[in-house]
Order: sequence, then structure tokens, then C-alpha cells
Amino acid sequence: MSASRVTIVERIMDANDQVAELNRRRLDEAGVFGINLMASPGAGKTSTILKTIQMLQPDIKIGVVEGDTAPVTIDADKVLAAGMPAVQINTGGDCHLDAPMLDQGLSQLPLNELDLMIVENVGNLICPAAFKLGTHANVLIASIPEGDDKPYKYPNIYRGLDVLIINKIDLLPYIDFRMDYFRQGVEALNPGLITFEVSAKTGEGFEAWTQWLRGKVKKA
Amino acid sequence: MHELSITENILEIATRNGARAGASRITDITLVIGDLSSIVDDSVQFYWDMISQGTLAEGARLHFRRVPARVHCQSCAHEFELAGQLNPCPECGSLSLDILSGDEFYVDSIEIEKKE
Ligand SMILES: Nc1nc2c(ncn2[C@@H]2O[C@H](COP(=O)(O)OP(=O)(O)OP(=O)(O)O)[C@@H](O)[C@H]2O)c(=O)[nH]1
Ligand SMILES: [Mg+2]
Ligand SMILES: [Zn+2]
Repeated sequence: MSASRVTIVERIMDANDQVAELNRRRLDEAGVFGINLMASPGAGKTSTILKTIQMLQPDIKIGVVEGDTAPVTIDADKVLAAGMPAVQINTGGDCHLDAPMLDQGLSQLPLNELDLMIVENVGNLICPAAFKLGTHANVLIASIPEGDDKPYKYPNIYRGLDVLIINKIDLLPYIDFRMDYFRQGVEALNPGLITFEVSAKTGEGFEAWTQWLRGKVKKA
Repeated sequence: MHELSITENILEIATRNGARAGASRITDITLVIGDLSSIVDDSVQFYWDMISQGTLAEGARLHFRRVPARVHCQSCAHEFELAGQLNPCPECGSLSLDILSGDEFYVDSIEIEKKE
């Protein structure tokens, strides 16, 4: 019997990240721009997706992967009703989608017919930040009623973002939300982050957001 | 939280590397975890006791080497630690900060026993 030490130094997220790379390749081959949409519960992920579909059709075809912790199809049904393909992925209680789950979702979408694929991640500000999916852009929706201290309390999710959407700005008159304080925190964590202030209710700000998307989607 | 899938990854990494090194048993596993990764040690330990049974790593001790989240203030060059949340520089109040460490998240090493 002998004892020894084996040095490994292997990232714990490697297995997930490798599948994420395959997802990315799959999206690229199909010419689809992929978005990982994260937010806390009720921030307006589904509302934003629906409004985005409405503003981009008929020229841009969008597929949606809905991540939910339970087999509820409410959000997926709304997307289907808007005339776009949607897949519901039940994480079985898990607090986030991971790359293998997105792999399953992609298999159920008609990727070759799509221009844009949006993942509605599970409502949560902590766990989704740790799991790369292989999408091209990480987008967070922060909403006014959540409060202006969220970048300070959940710094990690802000650090990995490519785009920030601040939703429910129609509620600004009713809620104590210091936009300066909020955006200062964001700037500290992610300098120069592309940010859109919107209302999925009134449609304000959606012109700029969908313009950005149009720029990213490669039309064949 | 997602400690179960994390713990499964740790087990996979440890047993794959242990088998490759010819281990008959893995006795210790050292993990390096930055304070910015939202992982609860106790919860990993809890799942570990459940899922390591019957594997090469059954009964292995987990060692959590925590790395503090150190930041550097761009305004006054002061260095300090964040405890989970974002705080302004305690010296000058600036929020222009560079995060130097705290994102680490890997299996560093294992201790193994071999039958000669
Ligand atoms: N006033 C206002 N309400 C909004 C806005 N966007 C969404 N809402 C409302 O906020 C609630 C939650 O919106 P959803 O789009 O379902 O939010 P979600 O993030 O998809 O929620 P989950 O999937 O359950 O986590 C609904 O009642 C929406 O009508 C907005 O811009 N302004
Ligand atoms: Mg929703
Ligand atoms: Zn300072």
C-alpha cells in the first residue's frame, strides 16, 4: 500500500462548458443568434419575449426555449399562441438551465428555419450565472419593482452580461428606484454594458432593443 | 441551489483522475472555491456523503480551500475584500473596481492509495 498526491486542477464547470460549446456550434451552423434571457421571477421575461416577437415579425423567425422548474407550460403556450415555435424544458426542480438541457431544447426546435433563439431561463439571479449555455449573448432583465440595490446584492450575474434590459420603466413614478444608484452599481461590475430601458407594457424602449437584435441576426 | 450537479461533477473528476493514476481508494479531495461563486460547502458535503458511496472516492474527505474576493480600487489603488456583495472602496468610496480573485472553482488535487 502506498499513498500519494495527484495534482488535477480541473475546472468543475468543464463538463457543462464543453456541451455549451457544442450548442454554440450548432447555433452557428444553423445561422441562428442565441440569447440566454435571465431575470428574477416576474421581471417580465415572457412579456419581453412576446413584445420582441411582435416587433420583429414577420421578417425574423424566433424560437423559444422555456425553462421551468416544474412541468408548467403557461409561458411556452403564450409563445405558441404568438405563432412561434416553443419548447418547454422542465428542470425537475433545478434552479437553472444547464448546457445539456439546452441541447435537448435545441433538438426540438426547427433550427434551420430560425433566425433567433431565445432561452427563457429559470427565474433566479444566482444560479443561471454559473452555467454557460452556449448562446451568443447573456441578457438580464432587471425590473423596477425589484429595487435599485440588485447589482450590489447579486454582483455575479451582472458581471457575465452582454446586455441589460431595465423593464417596467412605466412604474418609475410609483416606486422609489434611484436609476443613478442602480446604474452606478452596474457600471462598477460591467463597465460600458449595453443597456436598454424599456416597458414591455407600453412598448417604450423596444425600438432600440429590437434594433440591436436586428443588427445581430444574420439574414440569409 | 445547484450543489447536487456540482457535486456530481466533482465526483466524476475525482474518480476519473483517480482511476487513471491507478488508485485503489481516494482518501482526500481538495477543492479551490472563490468567494464569488455561490457555493455552500455544507451542502456539497451533504450531497457528497450521499453520492460517493460505492465509488472509488467513498469516504474521501473534502477540503474546501476558499479564495477571498479581492478587489483593487482604480481611484486610490487600495486593495480590499468583498464579502459577497458589491461595496464601494472603504478608503475613498469609489465604485471603479477591478476584481482580482474570487471566481476560482476547480478540483485542485486528490490523495490516493495504491495497492503495490
Ligand atoms: N407595469 C408593467 N408590468 C409588466 C411589465 N412587463 C411585465 N409586466 C407584468 O409583470 C408580470 C410578470 O411578467 P412575466 O412576463 O410573466 O414575467 P416573467 O419574468 O416571465 O415571470 P416568470 O416566468 O414567472 O419568472 C405580469 O403581470 C406582466 O403583465 C412592464 O413593463 N410594466
Ligand atoms: Mg415567464
Ligand atoms: Zn479607493
